[in-house]
Amino acid sequence: MNITWYIVLSSLLFATGVLGILLRRSPMVILLCLELMLNAGNLALVAFSRMVGNEQGQVFAVIVMVIAACEVVVGLGLIVAIFRRRLPLNVDDLRELRG
Amino acid sequence: MEAVVFFVAAIGALGGAIGVIAMRNPFYSVLALIIHLFSLAALFLLLTSAFVAAAQVVVYAGAVMVLYVFVVAYVGGGGESAWEPIPGQRFLAPLLAVALFVELSIAVLGSALKALETHGPDTPTGFGDPAAIGRLLLEKFLLPFEASSILLLLAAVGAIVLAARRREANA
Repeated sequence: MNITWYIVLSSLLFATGVLGILLRRSPMVILLCLELMLNAGNLALVAFSRMVGNEQGQVFAVIVMVIAACEVVVGLGLIVAIFRRRLPLNVDDLRELRG
Repeated sequence: MEAVVFFVAAIGALGGAIGVIAMRNPFYSVLALIIHLFSLAALFLLLTSAFVAAAQVVVYAGAVMVLYVFVVAYVGGGGESAWEPIPGQRFLAPLLAVALFVELSIAVLGSALKALETHGPDTPTGFGDPAAIGRLLLEKFLLPFEASSILLLLAAVGAIVLAARRREANA
């Protein structure tokens, strides 16, 4: 398979993640869509690393996984904190910070 | 054979991604994301990156998704309101996503990278295996490696601070 296929699939997955973030209201699903976008980026990194024939892109992908894990931990902590304060779990209702 | 595996994994990845945004219940969204992650691990294997594929399955589909499942079970599903703060958001969002995909595809296909049309160069045995990645992480990329470990520690402390019960709230 050509590398182009992987890159086009990666951009398709990224667009799907963007669509999810724009459409969904639940912070949990928005976090999941962020995961989709990070994984699409990972796929592109690994595909380019194969294209060049160099493993450094795969190290990038591993670091991106670490970043994604951190983001999940902090995001889920925020969701639990919102839930504990009995605020609605809906990003349209949580708009006090909006300018 | 490679094409068959690629298309099966690509359909799995895309189907999982669509499942994540289409499911009403967040629990099913998490399960769809697990399918997506396993398909991506198969794609990583096709790209001869064994270590990234293994890390994807163990760390992502294993540990991170378990965390998601726990929080979904704790917080519960809950329907989404039909109220739209931006008029026409349901119609504008797909348009924007399609525009983004077309734009990214034009950027990639028009980039005149000759190597994109190849399978990539022939790689030696052991390309992308744990030994090679480990050597790179501990020699060339030692600073990012240590920085990411500090970041993980900070994230753990932050999650504890965020999710811990407040003393004054209990009293």
